[in-house]
Amino acid sequence: MSGSTDSPRTAVSNPPVQPMASNLGAGDVIRRSATSELPPPTRQLTPVAKLIDVSKCIGCKACQSACIEWNDTHPAIGENVGVYENPHDLTENMFTLMRFTEWVNPATDSLEWLIRKDGCMHCADPGCLKACPAPGAIVQYSNGIVDFIHENCIGCGYCVKGCPFNIPRISKADHRSYKCTLCSDRVAVGQGPACAKACPTQAIVFGTKEDMKKHAEGRIADLKSRGYDQAGLYDPPGVGGTHVMYVLHHADKPQIYAGLPENPSISPLVQSWKGVTKYVGIAAMGFMAVGSLVHGVFGRANRVTREEEEAAERLVDSAGPPPPGPRP
Amino acid sequence: MSTPPRPAKPRLVYAQPGDAVEPGHPVTVSRYGPWARVNHWITASSLILLAISGLALFTPALFFLTTLFGGGQNTRALHPWIGVLLFVSFFVFFAQLWRANLPAKVDVVWLSKIKDVVGGHEENLPELGKYNAGQKFIFWGMAALILLLIATGVMIWEQYFSAYFGIPLRRWAVLVHSIAAVLIICIFILHVYAAIWTRGTLRAMTRGTVTGGWAWRHHRKWLRELAGLRRRGPAE
Repeated sequence: MSGSTDSPRTAVSNPPVQPMASNLGAGDVIRRSATSELPPPTRQLTPVAKLIDVSKCIGCKACQSACIEWNDTHPAIGENVGVYENPHDLTENMFTLMRFTEWVNPATDSLEWLIRKDGCMHCADPGCLKACPAPGAIVQYSNGIVDFIHENCIGCGYCVKGCPFNIPRISKADHRSYKCTLCSDRVAVGQGPACAKACPTQAIVFGTKEDMKKHAEGRIADLKSRGYDQAGLYDPPGVGGTHVMYVLHHADKPQIYAGLPENPSISPLVQSWKGVTKYVGIAAMGFMAVGSLVHGVFGRANRVTREEEEAAERLVDSAGPPPPGPRP
Repeated sequence: MSTPPRPAKPRLVYAQPGDAVEPGHPVTVSRYGPWARVNHWITASSLILLAISGLALFTPALFFLTTLFGGGQNTRALHPWIGVLLFVSFFVFFAQLWRANLPAKVDVVWLSKIKDVVGGHEENLPELGKYNAGQKFIFWGMAALILLLIATGVMIWEQYFSAYFGIPLRRWAVLVHSIAAVLIICIFILHVYAAIWTRGTLRAMTRGTVTGGWAWRHHRKWLRELAGLRRRGPAE
């Protein structure tokens, strides 16, 4: 396979035994947070994608276990409150989470158990990166992976506001933001993500974005043939498409899958905060500063005159000394 | 035998506790006591530190300013605490000054002659109390913006309050916070510049006093009241 110089094509292959150099470096960065002048990438990697076929998921959480193991995170042992989600939410130690929904299909009146593996979608237009104020804390590679570079993270939580999917989590321990890396460190050495590798039903598959779209087409055709006429691919255009995609049996209603947004995009509030507010704001402050300077240099200072001092002296003298202390 | 009635305690309109005139050449007028000045400079330092650290996170071009605070992580951690300090110190100051900053009819006249204000033609302006309309604008503008900044700032204080506010609300908060910050920096520049341009003002916040001529030129009603107070004896 030609994957040695480009993106891996699958998650199922086993790694070679000899050590490998990382194939994902500074020359592959196409966007860098809070950085306007970025050297152009030295090459264009083939875009990759993870495809999650919700209809094939059995909810075993092997992906979560694989994620914890590969990333060496340590989620706290939680408490059973009578729901299947474990832990209860994404955390700085749990980058992916199976979200379970019991949904009654009104057309068939039958209960459907919807299981969606939640995690970073690796947007082509990442809101986290747009919002981030720290240079180089978030990067996007030409293969589509959006990655957090923790040593540059300042823990401000702006990425949380930028994300249309509510994914990043700030650690209370080290005050840095964490999320799924799409196993960028595995992809860098020709391997697919740990979750895809571990998935026993191949509900999670990985490869080039083109291949994954084609694979999804086959899955969607199969689902349609079995009565899911609204089956479809979730690759939302509002964020420029994503590098984690879903096959949904009810693609017309993504929100039934534990609130998957129907048409996600970067909030206009975030856009105007990072756009017009920044430029108009800097212009306004600059105008005030320069205006003051110009008035100060070319204008005449407002000085108190000798006559005014004398007028004040006359006023106070005419007032006379204060009367002596308490009367007898 | 009857003792003459004591003069009625004068009702002070413009003067505030601690304000007084001292005859001399020139006359000296006490405008701010030591605690008010200390508090003013705590507020001022906080605002400057907040502006620097906030601008560093506002635009990548100024992110380098975080080095002044020991890096991005420290800037992120310190900024909100400085905000709390500013909020407290400003509102202590506010409690002392708000009465003298209530709008008056003469403020409208003053504002209608804003050309004379900017040109420094005090002779065309009405006599004023302790504060002019520009100072009052700065006072109330700062007060309103600081309230807005502390409220939105708490909402986006990731370390302690992220769990209490939803993400859509926090998006509003961060936008409002940044706009309010831009406005308060503009008001701050106006405040500093006006204090420098109007010569003889800065000493009110350093030594606590101004000259009689300064008071005569800019706040004559206030000066007249203080002079009258002297005639009648100090207020009890």
